[in-house]
Amino acid sequence: MQFFEFTEDQELLRKAVREFAEAEVAPKAAEWDEKDYCPMELFPMMGELGINGIFTPEEYGGAGMGHVERAICIEEISRYSAGLGIALMTHHLGMSSILDFGTEEQKKKYLPELCAGTKLCGLAVTEPGGGSDFSGQKTTAELVDGQWVLNGRKCFITNHHADVNVITAVTGVDERGRNQLGAFIVEKGTPGFGPGRKENKLGLRGSVTGDVILNEVKIPEGNILGKAGDGGKIGMAAIGEVGRAGMSAICVGILRGCVEEAVKFANERIVYGKPISKLQAVQFEIANIRTEYEAAKMLLYYAAGKKDAKLPATPDFAIAKYYSTEAAVRASKRTMDLMGGYGIINEYPVGRFLRDALASIPSGGTSHIQQLIIAGNTLSAFKA
Amino acid sequence: MALKIVVCIKPVPDPDYYDKVSIDPVTKRITREGIPTIINPVDKNGIEAALKLKAQYGGKVTVLTMAPPNATENLKEALAMGADEAVLLSDRAFGGADTLATSYTLAKGIEKLEEYDIIFCGTESADGATAQVSSQLGEWLGIPHLWNVYNIEAQSEESFKVKTKVENGFMEWEIKLPCLLGVARELNKPRFISAMGIIKAKNKPVTVWGKEDLEAEEERLGLGGSPTKAGAIFTPDLKRKGEMLTGTAEEIAETIIEKLRAAGVNIPTKGEGCSIEGGAQG
Repeated sequence: MQFFEFTEDQELLRKAVREFAEAEVAPKAAEWDEKDYCPMELFPMMGELGINGIFTPEEYGGAGMGHVERAICIEEISRYSAGLGIALMTHHLGMSSILDFGTEEQKKKYLPELCAGTKLCGLAVTEPGGGSDFSGQKTTAELVDGQWVLNGRKCFITNHHADVNVITAVTGVDERGRNQLGAFIVEKGTPGFGPGRKENKLGLRGSVTGDVILNEVKIPEGNILGKAGDGGKIGMAAIGEVGRAGMSAICVGILRGCVEEAVKFANERIVYGKPISKLQAVQFEIANIRTEYEAAKMLLYYAAGKKDAKLPATPDFAIAKYYSTEAAVRASKRTMDLMGGYGIINEYPVGRFLRDALASIPSGGTSHIQQLIIAGNTLSAFKA
Repeated sequence: MALKIVVCIKPVPDPDYYDKVSIDPVTKRITREGIPTIINPVDKNGIEAALKLKAQYGGKVTVLTMAPPNATENLKEALAMGADEAVLLSDRAFGGADTLATSYTLAKGIEKLEEYDIIFCGTESADGATAQVSSQLGEWLGIPHLWNVYNIEAQSEESFKVKTKVENGFMEWEIKLPCLLGVARELNKPRFISAMGIIKAKNKPVTVWGKEDLEAEEERLGLGGSPTKAGAIFTPDLKRKGEMLTGTAEEIAETIIEKLRAAGVNIPTKGEGCSIEGGAQG
């Protein structure tokens, strides 16, 4: 086994993104959460820093780095604002579908502006009938006179106000009667297409989540990604690896926030004449928070490293996502416990950490869905 | 016009680790072992000024530092910001330098670079804060130099209009190139490093020069070339001491004011400054 450490360039990237996050994200994160405001104005700035196009090759306007670097960016930003973290991670999610399955023409048309952050990307799969019942979706796409006509309603879509949207829809049924899906690129402003109601979320506020409405939306035949029938594969590839990696990185960021806030508070809070960090009961909590942070971090970066090495990593991302989201809930609760009454005061960010951690569980598949994926893989991989 | 710009930077201890910085009681020098360094913050304003001029007029930006070998990390950061090449002056013989020996060594490094139009330094370092190196360097090189620069306006290929802050206001200068400018934090906002910058920095050269590479007089280098000898220097005892005061609220307030005055805090006497009407509630 090789010693596991970040490269010099990765460390420098972390430092650079941290400087950006401390200057531009940290001072406003609480306000974005309170007002449920998505700071779209930061996307062009993140474009200049290469964060939007971190894993997109240079020829399409990206930085040409990988998924470890992407996780570093999302972790550093989510340390201060998990809400901006998920807006960014969803932007990446839609971009990854275009990058992995788009034609040269589609990549050249859409990716440069998405990298620059002058346009926002999204991916809409989930419907009112459920997100994980993938092939049961009701949105349809029909090829009529050389145009795809889309009809349906998507829900719980983060970045539902995006400029460039990757949308899955049923294109037909196979010989066994199962739904076949397609993935389509729909641009903002297309008649009949637009964001529907916006949800008022518990956490991850500052990102916009809501319905996407498709009412007789006509798009050119060439706006399909891959071919009719590829939609399931495209959606699963994006969510299974890029989406869960993103949610895991968000929660690793929250976990680091817990470690730093817990240490700060424990050293500053004086009870019975000494800082509470001297109390063993508090030290046990700090040890638990730290351990959960380190474990989640290792799982995330191991899976991301595997993806960059072009190895299948879907079960690894499921493990990382399952562990880190649940750990972030536990750790933010522990941090609140450690802070006593201060923990529930919104002047401190831990209450927000807990809400953000809870809201991270359903995105990209709930913990139960991750458990099913992990169990499915385990039952076949560990068979004697 | 294509400008040849040199930016001098200094690695200083990372402020996050200030509680680990101490002063060696024998050598009277700051102990830096094991403490990560950052680019002296105001030196980044120098890099930013250089990159802006390069974007406007074309040319080349070279970053230069005199530091131990691990300063290549700081130089890489400057390259990732957008500088074109980096030079590290590093040699055991340079160690223990005061500002005079430091500025002399930097001058010898710059002379070896041959051509330059503008040299940028930060006004002062976050650790030593002597604010002497930039002016000394200008003197060694025999070129016009200004300190505490708040604004730069390029007028022609030969001269710049420069605004400096002085005690009671500002001064405006016209300065001929080649020149040296010691820049203030107020001059600009240094850019963030980008992922693309990090990738480009991989192929940018970092040259290391030691004593043998410079045409320097050995007795002017390092500790031996440093006329400044630190006198009493120590780490202050920052332990806090609590003291319980007794008496009525007024008496306690009086005692606090007396103690603060005794500690050197300037508090106006009653009636001169603010007054409290009605007393505190709740």
